[in-house]
Amino acid sequence: MTKKLRRSMLFLPGANAAMLSTAFVFRPDSIMFDLEDAVSLREKDTARLLVFHTLRLPMYSDIEKVVRINPLSTPFGQADLEAAVRGGADVIRLPKTDCAEDVHELEAAVEAIERSCGRSVGSTQLMAAIESASGVVNAVAIAKASPRLIGIALAGFDYVMDMQTERGDGTELFYARCAVLHAARAAGIDAFDVVYGNVNDDEGFLKEVDLIKRLGFNGKSLINPRQIELLHRAYAPTEEDVDHAHRVIAAAEDAERRGLGVIALNGKMIDAPVIAHAERVLQRAAASGVSV
Amino acid sequence: MNIAKESIAGTLESNDLLVKVSPSLDASLEVHVISEVMYQFGAQIEATVHDELDRLGVKSGVVIIEDKGALDCTIRARVEAAILRSSGAEIDWSRLS
Amino acid sequence: MTTSQSQAPAVAPVAAARGIVPFEGFARYAPHLADPVTKRRRKLAASLEEAVRRSGLESGMTISFHHAFREGDKTINTVVDLLAGLGLRNLTLASSSLLSCNAPLIEHIRSGVISRIYTSGMRGKLADALSHGLMDEPVQIHSHGGRVHLMDSGELKVDVAFLGASAADEFGNANGTGGRSRCGSLGYAMVDADRANYVIVLAEDLVAFPCAPASIRQDQVDCVVKVDQIGDPSKISVGAARITSNPRELLIARYAADVLEHAGYFKDGFSIQTGSGASATAVTRFMEDRMRKAGIRAAFALGGITGSIVDLHKKGLIDKIIDTQSFDADAAESLRSNPGHIEISTNLYANPTSKAAYVDQMDMVILSALEIDLDFNVNVITGSDGVMRGASGGHSDVAAGANLSVVVAPLIRSRIPTVCEKVTTVVTPGECVGVLVTDHGIAVNPRRPDVAGKLKAAGLPLLSIEELHARAVAITGTPAPIAFTDRVVGLVRFRDGSLIDVIRQVAG
Repeated sequence: MTKKLRRSMLFLPGANAAMLSTAFVFRPDSIMFDLEDAVSLREKDTARLLVFHTLRLPMYSDIEKVVRINPLSTPFGQADLEAAVRGGADVIRLPKTDCAEDVHELEAAVEAIERSCGRSVGSTQLMAAIESASGVVNAVAIAKASPRLIGIALAGFDYVMDMQTERGDGTELFYARCAVLHAARAAGIDAFDVVYGNVNDDEGFLKEVDLIKRLGFNGKSLINPRQIELLHRAYAPTEEDVDHAHRVIAAAEDAERRGLGVIALNGKMIDAPVIAHAERVLQRAAASGVSV
Repeated sequence: MNIAKESIAGTLESNDLLVKVSPSLDASLEVHVISEVMYQFGAQIEATVHDELDRLGVKSGVVIIEDKGALDCTIRARVEAAILRSSGAEIDWSRLS
Repeated sequence: MTTSQSQAPAVAPVAAARGIVPFEGFARYAPHLADPVTKRRRKLAASLEEAVRRSGLESGMTISFHHAFREGDKTINTVVDLLAGLGLRNLTLASSSLLSCNAPLIEHIRSGVISRIYTSGMRGKLADALSHGLMDEPVQIHSHGGRVHLMDSGELKVDVAFLGASAADEFGNANGTGGRSRCGSLGYAMVDADRANYVIVLAEDLVAFPCAPASIRQDQVDCVVKVDQIGDPSKISVGAARITSNPRELLIARYAADVLEHAGYFKDGFSIQTGSGASATAVTRFMEDRMRKAGIRAAFALGGITGSIVDLHKKGLIDKIIDTQSFDADAAESLRSNPGHIEISTNLYANPTSKAAYVDQMDMVILSALEIDLDFNVNVITGSDGVMRGASGGHSDVAAGANLSVVVAPLIRSRIPTVCEKVTTVVTPGECVGVLVTDHGIAVNPRRPDVAGKLKAAGLPLLSIEELHARAVAITGTPAPIAFTDRVVGLVRFRDGSLIDVIRQVAG
């Protein structure tokens, strides 16, 4: 069973009925229903109900559904969580995660709801968004805080403010990106990059995508459906990559059939990480429509 | 749940609806629907609203729906929000499921 | 003078014997030539009213107009107001199309000034009133090519054509690219100029003779009258000036571009019609990248022309633009200034019984739909509430002529599924439709297994139209059927004049 592919995570404002009614057509890898920053204070109650009912739409059944709740320290967090877990969200995204305790607190609250609504305990996955200097410093502990965690994400806007700087060419995010990415890899979970705010600047977006792809991020949070195809295309492996991956897999299968301990391709030794990489390349290729 | 005071939920944007609820003077339950898809879905919208009111245990009040082509799930969410705002009660999630 | 008289005795007996009229002076049969002022100014009428009197228009006759100004038209309402004031009644109105701006006609129908209508379409209050039985006679709805066919077949005989032109000279040479209020191509008017019994040019700017180019020619025109304004060109625009930012329209456009690229006709020298609307404009932009990547150019683009097509022409990706209606100011300006941008009549464009129509040379066309059914029949005239609100236009013409017709539409509008079991009204038969592109996926007509094979090989997300329909209904619920009375309010004529469907009055 291959791991779930998460290149694109599309943000949807939870109070926007039209977007919620149609966004599944854009086919991102994950859709994130936002109850936090994209929803004004006076619409928190209505957005929560809209998202609760939308989660149950059959059209979203084959897309990973993430709900970003308000922090549990706010008057909205607990009710958001009720709506998300009961509505059937696959993943809860916790904003402003500063330490492992934040994840533990969320985990306990999720489990209580799972028990009360009859959802199987542990079936709700979590992801933590890191938005502060403390969060970045504690990234390793956060990433390892719960077996429910599928990934951690860097959120740029609050982070740069906390760092007393602003968004620029990426230099301001360099340490945080590396720290979050290393924490995720050390914990064996996914890492997601920040949103790119200027939806009309395709060139700038692609430049940033190229950077984070080379760093090793699994994907990126997106605020406009238009960015999905751009991102997927940028993440698509080349035909040479695909070709090479096929040969790696074939060599591995051949070695296994023949009971060989050591696998070689063109005289070079292939070990497990190389095979895992080849599998990821083929998965991305299949999802991007590159011929495999 | 009771419609205790006038409340509104929703918007008049496309695929959404505006729900206005107010207490009834004679303890009756009235639902009025106007919709841009009245011909094709007026009756279904009314049925969905009544079903939702039943679930919430609303027995009386005036409910006015101005629909802009919302899906059923949106209609349910907006009606629930308007009633919750009007009653001031906490959500009983088990009733909504 | 004396010379001619002196020959008379010799000519008279021979002329009489052979039944030839004898010569009686140079101006005998062209009396206007006798006076130097009349010679040049004889066609000019002092007022529209005088032009009408000269035409001999009587109650019960047929009048015609073009709709190149679309929502900005100021000719149709003005003329019909005048005719009503002159006491004319029982007229047949044959405008190439009617739009929301023509709502004032409702009064003239009610009062009996107009009792029959031929049009490609109608919108707004007029359409609503006609759908609810305003007129005793059903509206005749034709395609652009079909209108010319109806004229040539003798069914639609235009007595007087009132043709607005932004620039014209005193003899009636006229175009839509000179003067102030430029609509661009006069493709519709060219047909009426050729076929109407009496042709009046309504000129906004009277320019020095000769007005060139002459889209309408002096040998077609009976009368010229100067008017204040024929139309407002700023209200023509139906194309999206800039590429849409609506992600759903962009998604549809991208799927459509995928289909165009892979369906088998994307080869050097291909031809295309993209029409108007946000998705169509976006398709045009997407095509640019793909044409560059493939290193191919289009031989021509046809139809209603938008600025986005002009843009590709300027970039050298489309060789010729063949324009029967200019959809925006960029198209009109290009027609004026670009030698490769060619104006054609709707007879050349799409008449199925002309000696050759451009649509017959079409490779691929992007078309719209209000509804499309499981048999791929397309409705572009009635809304799903049964009320008329669209236009047949060139839809069935190009669909019939093209090698591949691609219908683009969102699967759901508001809460209404676009894909339905049976369309409310058939305008274009399913046998002329190749592919349906929606935001939820692509369906290929089973009549085109060749296309399905190519698209599948390219990895496009193909569904059956039944699957798209099921998906739509799963989301919206099943719409209640519309109740109609027995009374017929519209006759939908296929481009060859045959009756393809009838529109009944909505109940209630």
